[in-house]
Amino acid sequence: MTTGDIDVVIVDSGGANLASLQFALERLGARSAVSSDADTVRRAPRVLLPGVGSAQDAMSRLRATGLDRVLPQLRQPVLGICLGMQLLYERSGEGDTPCLGIVPASVQRLVPARGLPVPHMGWNKVHPRCADPLLEGLVDGEYLYFVHGYAAPVTADAVAVTEHGAAFTAVVRRRNFSGTQFHPERSGSAGARILDNFLRQATCS
Amino acid sequence: MRDGQVVKGVRFRGHAIVGGILELAARYRDEGADELVFYDITASPEGRSVDRGWVRRVAAVLDIPFCVAGGITSVAAAEAVLAAGAEKISVNSPALADPALIDRLAARFGSQCVVVGIDSETTERGYRVHALTGDPDQARDSGRETLAWVREAQDRGAGEIVLNCMASDGVRRGYDLAQLAAVRAVCQVPLVASGGAGAIQHFEAVFREAGADAALAASVFHSGTIGIGELKAALARAGVEVRP
Repeated sequence: MTTGDIDVVIVDSGGANLASLQFALERLGARSAVSSDADTVRRAPRVLLPGVGSAQDAMSRLRATGLDRVLPQLRQPVLGICLGMQLLYERSGEGDTPCLGIVPASVQRLVPARGLPVPHMGWNKVHPRCADPLLEGLVDGEYLYFVHGYAAPVTADAVAVTEHGAAFTAVVRRRNFSGTQFHPERSGSAGARILDNFLRQATCS
Repeated sequence: MRDGQVVKGVRFRGHAIVGGILELAARYRDEGADELVFYDITASPEGRSVDRGWVRRVAAVLDIPFCVAGGITSVAAAEAVLAAGAEKISVNSPALADPALIDRLAARFGSQCVVVGIDSETTERGYRVHALTGDPDQARDSGRETLAWVREAQDRGAGEIVLNCMASDGVRRGYDLAQLAAVRAVCQVPLVASGGAGAIQHFEAVFREAGADAALAASVFHSGTIGIGELKAALARAGVEVRP
């Protein structure tokens, strides 16, 4: 498959479960390809950066392929999912790892408390703070599915927030870069809507 | 699951066929289930790993998270299941045989991927962990005490504990609230209650009285005794926060 035939390239950062994302894109009628090749990613109409595992692991894999330098320079729509969203930030508290540095702020470990176990796993209500193309058609308080032990603070780039003990960023946006802390591919029809919104974003090429 | 079919027993015995895997997965997705768990119950007793073919087929139709268990004895076996589209893997007998497996899985995939399932029996010596429960002829006391194993599993990196109270399983008289509350007191990661749901008030009690983060049930949904939509509406009316 050449890059011209596809709607989105999924960056393979060593996470094990890309299949659930590919199936979700298939259900939306989108053509996707998985790649860790810098040129393929550079030429992609849209880029998805998923991630399961640790920040150190994912960043060392991105460095090994030169994607740590390619990704911040992309002009097309980019969506990071879960760990992929966290990698967009400057640093992660997970192993004190330098990340891609696209979004200012550092990702920090969630603090467990009574009734608030960590990792945080479950369906949370998400509240938009402003309009964003990714959130089109979603109501305030939509439930989306989260699985994570680290989270990004609420900063000026947070376009939607949720809370688990403290408030954190559920959806981030900086220029063409966006990210969701939840898994849209596992969040029922609301998640499918977000992926569909991402696929509808105009590409710059 | 056994031989490509969904089966359910009572107290881990007398398993009867409930239906096809994909049909049930699609039905529960449409009814509003928040997560599905698939146990290949004969994988560990038969010394094999879960079959990946159906994991892929399930992943293709589900848009909610799902967890897979059955004979996952290595990082490679877990990787195969996750690559096929599962969100999480759950280990039970393999973790009892090789507790360091939990550390290896958590290091490779992160704690959020690693569920430890515990089949706990109430005995005169207290709560005891049982192994190989998928086969009544092989099921046995693992030599471990339940609360100690919960502590060890989470110290090793388990991101979620599913506690299945064996005496209650399939009996539909309610979750074992006392045992779940005892485990809750030592469990800092999400705790999923399993075994015994028979009526809507049992779900309400397990959230309110035992502090469970989630409730797992099989028999009442398979038989249609309780609809997931009706259950969620009732829980919401009772003040338990649920996704509609």
